[in-house]
Amino acid sequence: MTTTSAAPGAATPPAGAPLLEVRDVRKHFPGRSAGLFGRRGNPVKAVDGVSFALHQGETLGLVGESGCGKSTTGRVIAKLIEPTSGSIRFQGKEIADLSTGQMRPLRREVQMIFQDPYSSLNPRHTIGTIVGSPFRIQGAHPEGGIKKAVQGLMERVGLNPEHYNRYPHEFSGGQRQRIGIARALALRPQLIVCDEPVSALDVSVQAQVVNLLEDLQNEFGLAYVFIAHDLSVVRHISDRVAVMYLGKIMEITDRDTLYEAPMHPYTHALLSAVPIPDPTVEARRERILLTGDLPSPSNPPSGCVFHTRCPKYRDQLSDGERERCRTEEPVLEDKRPGQSVYCHFAEVRSDIIDGEAPAPRSTGIREVIRKTAAGAPGTGIE
Amino acid sequence: MASTTPAPAVATARDAELFLSVEDLKVHFPTEDGLVKSVDGLSFELRRGEILGIVGESGSGKSVTAQAILGLHKGSRARISGHIWLDGRDLVPLSDEEMRGVRGSEIAMIFQDPLSSLHPFYTIGDQIAEAYRVHNKVSAREARARTIEMLEKVGIPNAPGRVDDYPHQFSGGMRQRAMIAMALICQPKLLIADEPTTALDVTVQAQILELIKDLRDELNSAVILITHDLGVVAETCDHVVVMYGGQCVEKGSVDDVFELPEMPYTWGLLGSMPRMDRVRQERLTPIPGQPPSLINVPTGCVFNTRCRFSDHVEGRRCFTEHPQLLPTAPGHEVRCHIEPEERRRLFELEIKPKL
Repeated sequence: MTTTSAAPGAATPPAGAPLLEVRDVRKHFPGRSAGLFGRRGNPVKAVDGVSFALHQGETLGLVGESGCGKSTTGRVIAKLIEPTSGSIRFQGKEIADLSTGQMRPLRREVQMIFQDPYSSLNPRHTIGTIVGSPFRIQGAHPEGGIKKAVQGLMERVGLNPEHYNRYPHEFSGGQRQRIGIARALALRPQLIVCDEPVSALDVSVQAQVVNLLEDLQNEFGLAYVFIAHDLSVVRHISDRVAVMYLGKIMEITDRDTLYEAPMHPYTHALLSAVPIPDPTVEARRERILLTGDLPSPSNPPSGCVFHTRCPKYRDQLSDGERERCRTEEPVLEDKRPGQSVYCHFAEVRSDIIDGEAPAPRSTGIREVIRKTAAGAPGTGIE
Repeated sequence: MASTTPAPAVATARDAELFLSVEDLKVHFPTEDGLVKSVDGLSFELRRGEILGIVGESGSGKSVTAQAILGLHKGSRARISGHIWLDGRDLVPLSDEEMRGVRGSEIAMIFQDPLSSLHPFYTIGDQIAEAYRVHNKVSAREARARTIEMLEKVGIPNAPGRVDDYPHQFSGGMRQRAMIAMALICQPKLLIADEPTTALDVTVQAQILELIKDLRDELNSAVILITHDLGVVAETCDHVVVMYGGQCVEKGSVDDVFELPEMPYTWGLLGSMPRMDRVRQERLTPIPGQPPSLINVPTGCVFNTRCRFSDHVEGRRCFTEHPQLLPTAPGHEVRCHIEPEERRRLFELEIKPKL
């Protein structure tokens, strides 16, 4: 750990040690056996070698299609499931192999907000019980008693404290998500893993919850791992973004670079697929359609895992280059300073979102690429 | 009102080219708590080969409208009034039996959740073939051949090999394709897609929307696309109806409504979504409050409880008088008491810079 370089995608690492450092984490689920006494099938490689670092007060967005392993990654970080291998260091302490009992004190520091505000709240418990349960489980005695603390939390997240004795079904979807947020906040954690927290909400309510999450981050210095498939929301809330595909990170970099100068063909396809609420922009954009379905994570393609669906592989590469994609797996490495990409033939495109490239900037970027491509890759950061 | 648009011209236009015309549709559900006015006086028109988007939040009446057009409320306690003219025939007074002949052959629907709208015990092929055989006197063999042809058309790879798969063996995108194949097998003249891509990833969403557009071009069908995503509307639709509280609050061509939206609710919808194509805003601007109860619809404008602009109207008309849906430009209608010039000024000065 002492001699390794900085975490991938960290352009200018903020001062101080990272709050969370994830290295080469894997989660393989045992494959289903064929028949009663059949041999075990191949393991499902839900997460297959994910590394990143997260600093205090920072938000890392995790995006990708369903089945790419983003939710499993979130659950492994929160230690709701055990990683198969790899290292998770939280505040410098290795937590990957801690038992449930050993983890318990750390649960105050790492909390989770779930996607579905309907199934993540026990319908037979009142809001007071739900939001107060972290105090009881951890044996915490907040000043003024649990009830006062819970009502303070409810007020903070925009719920009426008088609704302390109501049940989840009496609240709307947005209000329930606020209840989930209040519960996650109760013990003043350092890190909250948010798994699709606004996906089930209407846009107007979604904006309320996103604003609340940002306010709470500023107030308490929270770090978020923000898992979502909505790339517009991720751009709004994240400082850095990791794009995942088949259990691996395809590209990780800071927010502005990812959206303005993405390099991985998969990032290009994802961004181009997001419809933009402006018919004139829509008319001039290119839509990069991915063909076929996600390959099975128990039997991923050889070489680059994305090559079976890669538009660049299909349309632009020579046979020799394709051979390389099929046989040699790329590594996630810095192609430009602070922009790590898992691709042999990564190239900046800045026309994905708007349909036309901002002219002076794009030439500059292309020059940078040629230079970095000419020099030894991976030397971009110190 | 507007003497320049004589009524007879409208009538002939309807006869000639209007394919679907919904007039003053009301769908009310009597419940123990009171009368739920899910759809309250909705009108719109649709021509063949056009895609109409209906947008709004949950509970705005989008899906109930679709169900009413399909006649799915027949036999329930719902009270339906108004007219749904499909190719010159009013669907509202039809019996459930008569409606069954229309459903599937003339109107087809794609639902949001393909997993719960496919039967888990029957193969994909059997379910699609059944839809075909109900409306066409063909042998099982012919129906199967037609099913495979449809599956190929919607882009299922290796269709002859996948036709005997069960729904759980299909991915989400493939299930939605299978649903589309089922909806289109009888070549319906009207296709209603209720949030067809909400449960799908953006990459698959792009494929499905592309497919719907291709099929529209090929069959010259009319399509109603119900969604909450304004991006999907901008990408796919020709016209848009914005619904709020069971009413249409703004409608027009997609170009007009996105270029110069005039209803504060449309502004709110546009403003609350983060946008990738604009400079990142420090904060999103949500629409404050919650959608109205459909039992106690506010008097005056339905949006008055959440509108920031009611002080731009003299007196308290927003709270006392229900605004009419009035034309503001050819083909663009808005339900708002604020004067049109004032609305345009507000949009240019206050709303547009913040989008």
